Amino acid sequence: MQASALTAWELFCRRGDRLLFGSLDLWVESGGAVHLTGPNGIGKSSLLQILAGLRTPTRAEALTAAGIKQGRVEWLGRIGLLDGRCTLDEVTPLETALAFWTRLDGASRIDQAAAMERMGLAALGDVPVRYLSTGQRKRAGFARLLIQKADHWLLDEPLNGLDSDGVALVEELIAERRASGGAIIVASHQAIALPDAQLLDLRDHPW
Amino acid sequence: MVMLALLKRDIATLLPGGRRGGSLLPLLFFLAVAMLYPFAVGPEPQMLARTGGGVVWVAALLAAILPLERLVAADLESGVFDQLALRGVAEEVAMASRMIAHWLAFAPLLLLAALPASALLGLPGDKVTTLLLGLLAGTPGLAAIGLAIAALTASLRGGAALAGLMLIPLAVPILIFGAGALARPDATAIALTAAISLLFVAMAPFAAGAAIRAARDN
Repeated sequence: MQASALTAWELFCRRGDRLLFGSLDLWVESGGAVHLTGPNGIGKSSLLQILAGLRTPTRAEALTAAGIKQGRVEWLGRIGLLDGRCTLDEVTPLETALAFWTRLDGASRIDQAAAMERMGLAALGDVPVRYLSTGQRKRAGFARLLIQKADHWLLDEPLNGLDSDGVALVEELIAERRASGGAIIVASHQAIALPDAQLLDLRDHPW
Repeated sequence: MVMLALLKRDIATLLPGGRRGGSLLPLLFFLAVAMLYPFAVGPEPQMLARTGGGVVWVAALLAAILPLERLVAADLESGVFDQLALRGVAEEVAMASRMIAHWLAFAPLLLLAALPASALLGLPGDKVTTLLLGLLAGTPGLAAIGLAIAALTASLRGGAALAGLMLIPLAVPILIFGAGALARPDATAIALTAAISLLFVAMAPFAAGAAIRAARDN
Protein backbone atom coordinates (compact mmCIF):
# COMPACT_ATOMS: atom_id res chain seq x y z
CA MET A 1 0.00 0.00 0.00
CA GLN A 2 1.32 3.38 -1.02
CA ALA A 3 1.68 6.26 1.42
CA SER A 4 -0.76 9.06 0.95
CA ALA A 5 0.60 12.36 -0.34
CA LEU A 6 -2.61 14.34 -0.38
CA THR A 7 -5.81 13.88 1.54
CA ALA A 8 -8.62 16.37 1.09
CA TRP A 9 -12.15 16.23 2.42
CA GLU A 10 -15.32 18.15 1.79
CA LEU A 11 -13.95 20.80 -0.53
CA PHE A 12 -16.44 23.43 -1.59
CA CYS A 13 -15.80 26.32 -3.89
CA ARG A 14 -17.73 29.41 -4.79
CA ARG A 15 -16.63 32.47 -6.72
CA GLY A 16 -18.84 35.38 -5.84
CA ASP A 17 -22.40 34.20 -6.36
CA ARG A 18 -21.46 31.22 -8.50
CA LEU A 19 -21.33 27.85 -6.81
CA LEU A 20 -18.62 25.93 -8.61
CA PHE A 21 -18.23 22.52 -7.02
CA GLY A 22 -18.79 20.88 -3.69
CA SER A 23 -18.46 17.75 -1.55
CA LEU A 24 -15.22 16.90 -3.24
CA ASP A 25 -12.97 14.37 -1.54
CA LEU A 26 -9.58 13.64 -2.99
CA TRP A 27 -6.93 11.13 -2.08
CA VAL A 28 -3.66 10.85 -3.95
CA GLU A 29 -0.99 8.34 -3.09
CA SER A 30 2.66 9.22 -3.24
CA GLY A 31 3.79 8.94 -6.87
CA GLY A 32 0.21 9.30 -8.05
CA ALA A 33 -1.29 11.77 -10.47
CA VAL A 34 -4.64 13.45 -10.99
CA HIS A 35 -5.82 14.84 -14.28
CA LEU A 36 -8.42 17.56 -13.72
CA THR A 37 -10.85 18.11 -16.54
CA GLY A 38 -14.04 19.98 -17.15
CA PRO A 39 -15.23 22.94 -19.18
CA ASN A 40 -13.88 26.46 -18.75
CA GLY A 41 -15.04 28.17 -15.60
CA ILE A 42 -15.89 24.97 -13.74
CA GLY A 43 -13.29 25.76 -11.08
CA LYS A 44 -10.16 23.81 -12.01
CA SER A 45 -7.83 26.66 -11.18
CA SER A 46 -9.80 27.41 -8.03
CA LEU A 47 -9.42 23.77 -6.96
CA LEU A 48 -5.66 24.00 -7.48
CA GLN A 49 -5.61 27.14 -5.37
CA ILE A 50 -7.61 25.41 -2.66
CA LEU A 51 -5.20 22.47 -2.73
CA ALA A 52 -2.30 24.93 -2.52
CA GLY A 53 -3.86 26.42 0.60
CA LEU A 54 -4.41 29.79 -1.04
CA ARG A 55 -8.20 29.69 -0.98
CA THR A 56 -10.47 28.48 1.80
CA PRO A 57 -12.33 25.26 0.94
CA THR A 58 -15.15 25.80 3.39
CA ARG A 59 -18.71 26.22 2.40
CA ALA A 60 -19.46 29.82 3.29
CA GLU A 61 -23.05 29.27 4.38
CA ALA A 62 -23.49 29.21 8.10
CA LEU A 63 -27.07 27.95 8.19
CA THR A 64 -27.06 24.61 6.42
CA ALA A 65 -29.02 21.90 8.18
CA ALA A 66 -25.96 19.86 9.12
CA GLY A 67 -23.98 22.86 10.28
CA ILE A 68 -20.84 24.10 8.58
CA LYS A 69 -18.86 21.42 6.85
CA GLN A 70 -15.20 22.06 7.36
CA GLY A 71 -13.15 21.45 4.25
CA ARG A 72 -9.63 20.23 4.87
CA VAL A 73 -6.51 19.74 2.78
CA GLU A 74 -3.52 17.84 4.10
CA TRP A 75 -0.27 17.27 2.30
CA LEU A 76 2.65 15.12 3.27
CA GLY A 77 5.61 17.14 1.99
CA ARG A 78 6.12 20.51 0.36
CA ILE A 79 4.12 21.64 -2.64
CA GLY A 80 4.98 23.70 -5.67
CA LEU A 81 2.47 25.54 -7.84
CA LEU A 82 2.79 26.60 -11.45
CA ASP A 83 -0.21 28.45 -12.81
CA GLY A 84 -0.63 30.68 -15.85
CA ARG A 85 1.87 33.14 -14.44
CA CYS A 86 5.59 32.47 -14.31
CA THR A 87 5.88 34.81 -11.30
CA LEU A 88 9.21 36.32 -12.22
CA ASP A 89 10.01 40.04 -12.20
CA GLU A 90 9.15 41.34 -15.65
CA VAL A 91 11.86 43.94 -16.16
CA THR A 92 14.78 42.00 -14.71
CA PRO A 93 16.91 39.59 -16.72
CA LEU A 94 15.73 35.98 -16.39
CA GLU A 95 18.79 34.94 -14.40
CA THR A 96 18.32 37.70 -11.78
CA ALA A 97 14.59 37.04 -11.58
CA LEU A 98 15.18 33.34 -10.94
CA ALA A 99 17.97 34.15 -8.49
CA PHE A 100 15.42 35.70 -6.10
CA TRP A 101 13.57 32.38 -5.82
CA THR A 102 16.87 30.49 -5.70
CA ARG A 103 17.90 32.53 -2.66
CA LEU A 104 14.49 32.22 -1.07
CA ASP A 105 14.41 28.45 -1.52
CA GLY A 106 17.94 28.11 -0.19
CA ALA A 107 19.09 26.53 -3.45
CA SER A 108 22.51 27.10 -4.95
CA ARG A 109 23.54 28.86 -8.15
CA ILE A 110 24.47 25.45 -9.50
CA ASP A 111 20.88 24.26 -8.97
CA GLN A 112 19.66 27.31 -10.83
CA ALA A 113 22.07 26.82 -13.73
CA ALA A 114 21.07 23.16 -13.94
CA ALA A 115 17.36 24.02 -13.96
CA MET A 116 17.86 26.63 -16.69
CA GLU A 117 19.93 24.18 -18.72
CA ARG A 118 17.27 21.52 -18.32
CA MET A 119 14.52 23.83 -19.51
CA GLY A 120 16.59 25.01 -22.48
CA LEU A 121 16.94 28.52 -21.12
CA ALA A 122 20.71 28.59 -20.66
CA ALA A 123 21.18 31.12 -23.45
CA LEU A 124 18.42 33.45 -22.24
CA GLY A 125 19.89 34.36 -18.84
CA ASP A 126 20.33 38.04 -19.60
CA VAL A 127 17.07 38.56 -21.50
CA PRO A 128 14.48 40.53 -19.49
CA VAL A 129 11.51 38.33 -18.62
CA ARG A 130 9.01 40.55 -20.44
CA TYR A 131 10.75 39.81 -23.77
CA LEU A 132 10.28 36.06 -23.39
CA SER A 133 7.69 34.32 -25.55
CA THR A 134 4.72 32.44 -24.07
CA GLY A 135 6.52 29.11 -24.34
CA GLN A 136 9.73 30.50 -22.92
CA ARG A 137 7.83 31.95 -19.97
CA LYS A 138 6.32 28.54 -19.33
CA ARG A 139 9.79 27.02 -19.41
CA ALA A 140 11.00 29.74 -17.02
CA GLY A 141 8.11 28.86 -14.71
CA PHE A 142 9.19 25.22 -14.76
CA ALA A 143 12.78 26.29 -14.03
CA ARG A 144 11.43 28.11 -10.95
CA LEU A 145 9.53 24.98 -9.98
CA LEU A 146 12.62 22.80 -10.38
CA ILE A 147 14.69 25.17 -8.24
CA GLN A 148 12.05 24.98 -5.50
CA LYS A 149 12.56 21.20 -5.18
CA ALA A 150 9.05 20.74 -3.86
CA ASP A 151 7.80 17.20 -3.29
CA HIS A 152 4.45 17.58 -5.04
CA TRP A 153 3.39 19.71 -7.98
CA LEU A 154 0.17 21.50 -8.80
CA LEU A 155 0.17 22.40 -12.49
CA ASP A 156 -2.39 24.62 -14.16
CA GLU A 157 -2.35 24.15 -17.95
CA PRO A 158 1.35 23.22 -17.95
CA LEU A 159 1.48 22.68 -21.69
CA ASN A 160 0.13 26.05 -22.78
CA GLY A 161 2.38 27.62 -25.36
CA LEU A 162 4.97 24.85 -25.33
CA ASP A 163 6.36 23.34 -28.52
CA SER A 164 6.49 19.56 -28.98
CA ASP A 165 9.97 19.35 -27.45
CA GLY A 166 8.68 21.32 -24.49
CA VAL A 167 5.69 19.03 -24.09
CA ALA A 168 7.95 15.97 -24.11
CA LEU A 169 10.24 17.65 -21.59
CA VAL A 170 7.39 18.49 -19.22
CA GLU A 171 6.02 14.94 -19.44
CA GLU A 172 9.50 13.69 -18.64
CA LEU A 173 9.80 16.02 -15.63
CA ILE A 174 6.41 14.90 -14.34
CA ALA A 175 7.39 11.24 -14.71
CA GLU A 176 10.65 11.88 -12.82
CA ARG A 177 8.86 13.68 -10.00
CA ARG A 178 6.38 10.80 -9.70
CA ALA A 179 9.18 8.27 -9.75
CA SER A 180 10.72 9.97 -6.73
CA GLY A 181 7.44 9.81 -4.85
CA GLY A 182 5.82 13.12 -5.72
CA ALA A 183 2.14 13.52 -6.39
CA ILE A 184 1.14 15.57 -9.41
CA ILE A 185 -2.15 17.31 -9.98
CA VAL A 186 -2.61 18.66 -13.47
CA ALA A 187 -5.42 20.75 -14.88
CA SER A 188 -5.08 20.52 -18.63
CA HIS A 189 -7.25 20.67 -21.70
CA GLN A 190 -4.48 19.29 -23.82
CA ALA A 191 -3.67 15.62 -23.95
CA ILE A 192 -0.85 14.94 -21.55
CA ALA A 193 0.88 11.65 -20.84
CA LEU A 194 -0.02 10.76 -17.27
CA PRO A 195 0.09 6.99 -16.91
CA ASP A 196 -2.36 5.60 -14.32
CA ALA A 197 -3.70 9.04 -13.46
CA GLN A 198 -7.03 9.48 -11.70
CA LEU A 199 -9.36 11.35 -13.99
CA LEU A 200 -11.30 13.98 -12.05
CA ASP A 201 -14.11 15.76 -13.85
CA LEU A 202 -15.48 18.59 -11.72
CA ARG A 203 -18.88 18.23 -13.40
CA ASP A 204 -19.32 15.12 -11.29
CA HIS A 205 -19.12 17.17 -8.12
CA PRO A 206 -21.87 19.77 -8.12
CA TRP A 207 -22.29 22.03 -5.09
CA MET B 1 17.57 34.75 5.39
CA VAL B 2 14.09 34.92 3.90
CA MET B 3 13.69 38.47 5.17
CA LEU B 4 17.03 39.46 3.63
CA ALA B 5 16.13 37.99 0.25
CA LEU B 6 12.76 39.76 0.35
CA LEU B 7 14.25 43.05 1.44
CA LYS B 8 16.91 42.94 -1.24
CA ARG B 9 14.32 42.41 -3.96
CA ASP B 10 11.89 44.98 -2.53
CA ILE B 11 14.56 47.65 -2.31
CA ALA B 12 15.80 46.92 -5.83
CA THR B 13 12.23 47.20 -7.11
CA LEU B 14 11.26 50.36 -5.26
CA LEU B 15 14.40 52.48 -5.04
CA PRO B 16 14.42 55.21 -7.70
CA GLY B 17 16.80 54.73 -10.58
CA GLY B 18 18.22 51.52 -11.97
CA ARG B 19 16.63 49.27 -14.54
CA ARG B 20 13.74 48.01 -12.44
CA GLY B 21 13.75 50.84 -9.95
CA GLY B 22 10.95 53.16 -8.95
CA SER B 23 10.62 56.60 -10.41
CA LEU B 24 11.95 59.96 -9.26
CA LEU B 25 8.61 61.59 -10.07
CA PRO B 26 7.31 61.81 -6.48
CA LEU B 27 10.44 63.72 -5.58
CA LEU B 28 10.12 66.10 -8.54
CA PHE B 29 6.46 66.55 -7.66
CA PHE B 30 7.47 67.46 -4.11
CA LEU B 31 9.98 70.06 -5.34
CA ALA B 32 7.50 71.41 -7.88
CA VAL B 33 4.98 72.16 -5.13
CA ALA B 34 7.61 74.03 -3.12
CA MET B 35 8.57 75.94 -6.23
CA LEU B 36 5.02 76.85 -7.27
CA TYR B 37 3.81 77.96 -3.85
CA PRO B 38 5.61 81.36 -3.83
CA PHE B 39 4.24 82.07 -7.31
CA ALA B 40 0.74 81.37 -6.10
CA VAL B 41 0.72 83.36 -2.85
CA GLY B 42 3.30 86.04 -3.57
CA PRO B 43 6.91 86.40 -2.52
CA GLU B 44 6.63 88.17 0.89
CA PRO B 45 9.40 86.54 2.98
CA GLN B 46 7.55 86.69 6.34
CA MET B 47 4.51 84.94 4.95
CA LEU B 48 6.57 82.27 3.22
CA ALA B 49 8.64 81.65 6.33
CA ARG B 50 5.47 81.33 8.42
CA THR B 51 3.51 79.03 6.10
CA GLY B 52 6.30 77.37 4.12
CA GLY B 53 6.86 74.53 6.60
CA GLY B 54 3.22 73.49 6.36
CA VAL B 55 3.39 73.51 2.58
CA VAL B 56 6.43 71.22 2.66
CA TRP B 57 4.48 68.85 4.89
CA VAL B 58 1.47 68.77 2.59
CA ALA B 59 3.74 68.26 -0.41
CA ALA B 60 5.50 65.39 1.38
CA LEU B 61 2.19 63.77 2.19
CA LEU B 62 0.98 64.01 -1.40
CA ALA B 63 4.32 62.76 -2.72
CA ALA B 64 3.93 59.71 -0.48
CA ILE B 65 0.71 58.82 -2.32
CA LEU B 66 2.33 58.64 -5.75
CA PRO B 67 4.29 55.37 -5.37
CA LEU B 68 1.35 53.49 -3.83
CA GLU B 69 0.03 52.19 -7.13
CA ARG B 70 3.00 49.96 -7.80
CA LEU B 71 3.66 49.03 -4.19
CA VAL B 72 1.59 45.85 -3.87
CA ALA B 73 -0.69 45.43 -6.89
CA ALA B 74 1.93 44.18 -9.35
CA ASP B 75 3.15 41.40 -7.05
CA LEU B 76 -0.37 40.40 -6.13
CA GLU B 77 -1.20 40.05 -9.81
CA SER B 78 1.92 38.14 -10.76
CA GLY B 79 1.42 35.68 -7.91
CA VAL B 80 4.50 36.52 -5.84
CA PHE B 81 2.53 36.46 -2.60
CA ASP B 82 0.96 33.10 -3.55
CA GLN B 83 4.39 31.62 -4.13
CA LEU B 84 5.64 33.07 -0.85
CA ALA B 85 2.65 31.57 0.97
CA LEU B 86 3.45 28.15 -0.53
CA ARG B 87 6.91 28.46 0.97
CA GLY B 88 5.49 29.24 4.37
CA VAL B 89 6.47 32.92 4.31
CA ALA B 90 3.78 34.81 6.21
CA GLU B 91 2.16 37.71 4.41
CA GLU B 92 3.04 39.84 7.44
CA VAL B 93 6.74 39.19 6.90
CA ALA B 94 6.51 40.06 3.22
CA MET B 95 4.62 43.22 4.10
CA ALA B 96 7.07 44.26 6.82
CA SER B 97 9.88 43.95 4.30
CA ARG B 98 7.86 45.90 1.76
CA MET B 99 7.23 48.65 4.32
CA ILE B 100 10.90 49.04 5.15
CA ALA B 101 11.82 49.11 1.46
CA HIS B 102 9.06 51.64 0.72
CA TRP B 103 10.32 53.94 3.47
CA LEU B 104 13.92 53.62 2.30
CA ALA B 105 12.86 54.33 -1.26
CA PHE B 106 11.06 57.59 -0.58
CA ALA B 107 11.93 59.08 2.80
CA PRO B 108 15.70 59.68 2.68
CA LEU B 109 15.42 61.34 -0.71
CA LEU B 110 12.45 63.35 0.50
CA LEU B 111 14.45 64.61 3.49
CA LEU B 112 17.23 65.56 1.12
CA ALA B 113 14.82 67.35 -1.20
CA ALA B 114 13.32 69.16 1.79
CA LEU B 115 16.54 71.19 1.99
CA PRO B 116 16.22 72.88 -1.42
CA ALA B 117 12.48 73.14 -0.84
CA SER B 118 13.09 74.98 2.43
CA ALA B 119 15.52 77.26 0.65
CA LEU B 120 12.96 78.03 -2.06
CA LEU B 121 10.48 79.00 0.63
CA GLY B 122 13.07 80.94 2.62
CA LEU B 123 12.56 79.02 5.87
CA PRO B 124 14.85 80.13 8.75
CA GLY B 125 17.48 77.65 9.96
CA ASP B 126 15.82 76.52 13.20
CA LYS B 127 12.57 75.83 11.37
CA VAL B 128 14.41 73.74 8.79
CA THR B 129 15.80 71.59 11.60
CA THR B 130 12.34 71.15 13.13
CA LEU B 131 10.92 70.36 9.72
CA LEU B 132 13.53 67.70 9.00
CA LEU B 133 13.15 66.10 12.43
CA GLY B 134 9.38 66.12 12.01
CA LEU B 135 9.60 64.52 8.58
CA LEU B 136 12.03 61.94 9.91
CA ALA B 137 9.55 61.08 12.64
CA GLY B 138 6.48 61.20 10.42
CA THR B 139 7.55 59.47 7.21
CA PRO B 140 7.69 55.92 8.67
CA GLY B 141 4.05 56.39 9.63
CA LEU B 142 3.21 57.63 6.14
CA ALA B 143 4.99 54.63 4.64
CA ALA B 144 3.06 52.29 6.94
CA ILE B 145 -0.36 53.79 6.16
CA GLY B 146 0.53 53.83 2.48
CA LEU B 147 1.42 50.14 2.52
CA ALA B 148 -1.74 49.07 4.35
CA ILE B 149 -3.88 51.06 1.93
CA ALA B 150 -1.99 49.84 -1.12
CA ALA B 151 -2.61 46.27 0.00
CA LEU B 152 -6.30 46.94 0.67
CA THR B 153 -6.89 48.50 -2.73
CA ALA B 154 -4.52 46.29 -4.74
CA SER B 155 -7.20 44.02 -6.14
CA LEU B 156 -9.65 46.81 -6.97
CA ARG B 157 -10.03 48.55 -10.28
CA GLY B 158 -9.00 52.18 -9.92
CA GLY B 159 -7.38 51.24 -6.64
CA ALA B 160 -4.66 53.84 -6.97
CA ALA B 161 -7.02 56.80 -6.92
CA LEU B 162 -8.93 55.29 -4.02
CA ALA B 163 -5.67 54.72 -2.17
CA GLY B 164 -4.90 58.42 -2.39
CA LEU B 165 -8.27 59.36 -0.94
CA MET B 166 -7.99 56.79 1.84
CA LEU B 167 -4.52 57.87 2.88
CA ILE B 168 -5.46 61.47 3.52
CA PRO B 169 -7.71 61.08 6.60
CA LEU B 170 -5.36 58.55 8.18
CA ALA B 171 -2.40 60.83 7.63
CA VAL B 172 -4.07 63.80 9.33
CA PRO B 173 -2.76 63.03 12.86
CA ILE B 174 0.79 62.82 11.56
CA LEU B 175 0.30 66.06 9.68
CA ILE B 176 -1.21 67.87 12.67
CA PHE B 177 1.62 67.04 15.03
CA GLY B 178 4.40 67.08 12.48
CA ALA B 179 3.48 70.44 10.98
CA GLY B 180 2.35 71.67 14.40
CA ALA B 181 5.92 71.26 15.66
CA LEU B 182 6.86 74.17 13.42
CA ALA B 183 4.62 76.58 15.33
CA ARG B 184 5.86 75.65 18.80
CA PRO B 185 9.50 75.68 19.78
CA ASP B 186 9.45 72.53 21.99
CA ALA B 187 10.05 68.95 20.93
CA THR B 188 6.78 67.46 22.28
CA ALA B 189 5.01 67.60 18.94
CA ILE B 190 7.84 65.75 17.24
CA ALA B 191 7.76 63.09 19.95
CA LEU B 192 4.01 62.74 19.41
CA THR B 193 4.51 62.47 15.65
CA ALA B 194 7.04 59.72 16.25
CA ALA B 195 4.64 57.94 18.62
CA ILE B 196 1.78 57.94 16.09
CA SER B 197 4.21 56.92 13.41
CA LEU B 198 5.44 53.93 15.41
CA LEU B 199 1.90 52.86 16.14
CA PHE B 200 1.13 52.79 12.41
CA VAL B 201 4.40 50.97 11.70
CA ALA B 202 3.49 48.31 14.24
CA MET B 203 -0.01 47.79 12.83
CA ALA B 204 0.51 48.11 9.08
CA PRO B 205 2.15 44.73 8.30
CA PHE B 206 -0.73 42.90 9.98
CA ALA B 207 -3.40 44.98 8.28
CA ALA B 208 -1.69 44.65 4.90
CA GLY B 209 -1.09 40.91 5.37
CA ALA B 210 -4.75 40.34 6.18
CA ALA B 211 -5.75 42.41 3.16
CA ILE B 212 -3.64 40.21 0.88
CA ARG B 213 -5.13 37.03 2.27
CA ALA B 214 -8.60 38.48 1.83
CA ALA B 215 -7.84 39.48 -1.76
CA ARG B 216 -7.12 35.83 -2.58
CA ASP B 217 -10.44 34.56 -1.40
CA ASN B 218 -12.83 36.47 -3.61
